[in-house]
Amino acid sequence: MAAALSLEQMLAERRVWRGQPMHAPAPNGQPTGIAALDAVLPHHGWPPAALIEILIPADGVGELGLVWPTLAHITRSGGLVVIVAPPYIPYAPAWHLAGIALSGLQVIRANARDSLWAAEQCLRSGACAAVLCWPMHADDRALRRLQVAAETGQALGFAFRSHKTIANPSPAALRVAVESRPRQLRVVKCRGAMPPARAIPLVSFSY
Amino acid sequence: MRWACLLFPHLALDGVLRRHPSPDAPVALVTGPAHRRVLFAVNPAAAALGLRANMSVTAAQAITSACALTEYDIETTARYRQLLAGWAYRFSSQVVTDFADAIVLEVAQSMMLFGPWPRFEARLREELTDLGFRHRIVAAPNAYAARALANLHDGLGVDEHTVDRALGQVPVEYSGLDADVATALARMGLRRLRQVFALPRETVARRFPPTVLAHLDALRGADKTPLTCYQPPDWFDERIEFDHEVELYTALLFPLRRLTSDLGAYLAGRDGGVERFVLRFEHESVAPTQIVVGLLAPERNPNTLFDLARERLEHAEIAAPVRGMRLTARELPPFVPASRDLFDSRAQQAMPWEQLRERLRARLGDTSVHGLSTQLDHRPEHAWIGDGSIKTLPSALADLRPGWLLERPIPWRGAAPRVLAGPERIESGWWDSGDVRRDYYLVESDMGQRVWVYTAPDELGPFMVHGWFA
Repeated sequence: MAAALSLEQMLAERRVWRGQPMHAPAPNGQPTGIAALDAVLPHHGWPPAALIEILIPADGVGELGLVWPTLAHITRSGGLVVIVAPPYIPYAPAWHLAGIALSGLQVIRANARDSLWAAEQCLRSGACAAVLCWPMHADDRALRRLQVAAETGQALGFAFRSHKTIANPSPAALRVAVESRPRQLRVVKCRGAMPPARAIPLVSFSY
Repeated sequence: MRWACLLFPHLALDGVLRRHPSPDAPVALVTGPAHRRVLFAVNPAAAALGLRANMSVTAAQAITSACALTEYDIETTARYRQLLAGWAYRFSSQVVTDFADAIVLEVAQSMMLFGPWPRFEARLREELTDLGFRHRIVAAPNAYAARALANLHDGLGVDEHTVDRALGQVPVEYSGLDADVATALARMGLRRLRQVFALPRETVARRFPPTVLAHLDALRGADKTPLTCYQPPDWFDERIEFDHEVELYTALLFPLRRLTSDLGAYLAGRDGGVERFVLRFEHESVAPTQIVVGLLAPERNPNTLFDLARERLEHAEIAAPVRGMRLTARELPPFVPASRDLFDSRAQQAMPWEQLRERLRARLGDTSVHGLSTQLDHRPEHAWIGDGSIKTLPSALADLRPGWLLERPIPWRGAAPRVLAGPERIESGWWDSGDVRRDYYLVESDMGQRVWVYTAPDELGPFMVHGWFA
């Protein structure tokens, strides 16, 4: 039997990668309003000042319900939320019912090319607490610009994209995929920790 | 030190240089009738080449061909004086433009606000340097003395006790008296004002025109006639003419920056803001191109105004090469600076939302940014409005509604959906010819989407999709 290395020795020599970072980031995130999701995220909420990608298979699977609690919290504490080139009309009565102060909401209409510019301007300015955008055909570089702008302007950027892009690499700090059948969330990537293997059930609203 | 005189020894030349793309290149102003053109003023670079004022143009061209010659225009120079008076009006309500090459303003009252004279003077100098005008500043107990002392001194400040001594030392040719009077006095052996002041009044009155005695009295502060003060105009109108046709957009930016910073200086003097201004680009043969810059809230920061104007200019189509540009601002509402919280948690370099909104509107169009409000109407199309300023009672909004509304309903495609809730009858609008009579259902598609659909009343299909419960 050759010399058997003890586990402690191997760890001390740093020859084994342990897969988990030594220091967990500070729990300073903006609460998502979904306790199960907060629990698995390294910041215990949305990562502050970062781009968050939300991947959806189709419209109407609960993607707004995912961000509404955060937006309600932001607008009620006086922050500004900007919706850049939404795919449909944000229907004011429903947004109001979700607890969002409509006075803290601004909508920007723009075509596909200008919407990226507008989203970057809003994120970078520092005037907005959160920016919602739909970069459907954006490439890696455009997303990186948004991520850097979010860091510069200390804003939360929510980018809603198609589920088809799940395999592409992305510079976003957090990627969450919404699945419709059954309704659940899957964290695809979260900076600062390994993404959890289990999906998080999304409580569907009752009637 | 009641009055300050700001003397502009190179007013005409500075006015040209500040609009010149390369002020360090040799530039000379030309004046005189066609058969005897002479140089009126030269900048240091031209002086280094050997050019001097009052030199004939032919002689100048024999020395060098590298010097750019510009026509001296009295009217333009007068406009610079108006601009400077408008700028000075911010510091004092009594601004006098009657003196040649100078602006005289009352400063004793203003020191309460702008601090003691040395600090006030430093601020005047700093802003004048930013505007691009060389200057000399002298403060004295009366306006005439300040103007006469500015001929000799820069940075001098005299009070009641020292003004007589300072005035006494002024040579008669610099005292503001007419040239022939000054020559006559000099030939009589009177070289300094001190000697002239010592003459008996009757002698002066007998030997010289009455204006001389009046001027001498004014210098010593005996003239109590009120001066006519400058009144700022009610609108801003500035024009720059190019001596060649400008074809490149980038070449328009420098004059545009000058115009917007002049507008900013004028607005600060009025303590006003601008809500809408017009840029007019003049062409050789076609009608001028006009660009209207509209703002939602009054603004007066020169950098913001320039950024907005540039953004509009980038997207405008200008039909022909530009010969001149003109900036007109007529709507000048009072300006209320945005109040910021002392304990504001946002970063220092953060741009205020108002400024960001104007930037977005400049590029995307005037109607591109809007707020969101609810309206009391049962019809989904009319229950929201793109205007954040309207407040509605929220009590009437308790119904189940989707987060996304389709602008135009689309037919439902695919298999028959599973109905989760409904029907909800919406029947309204017969009075404004937008009559609606529908049964709304909440359904789920086989992809798991929650959809808001409607049908004709009392029928189950065909469905029209009107919203997504996202």
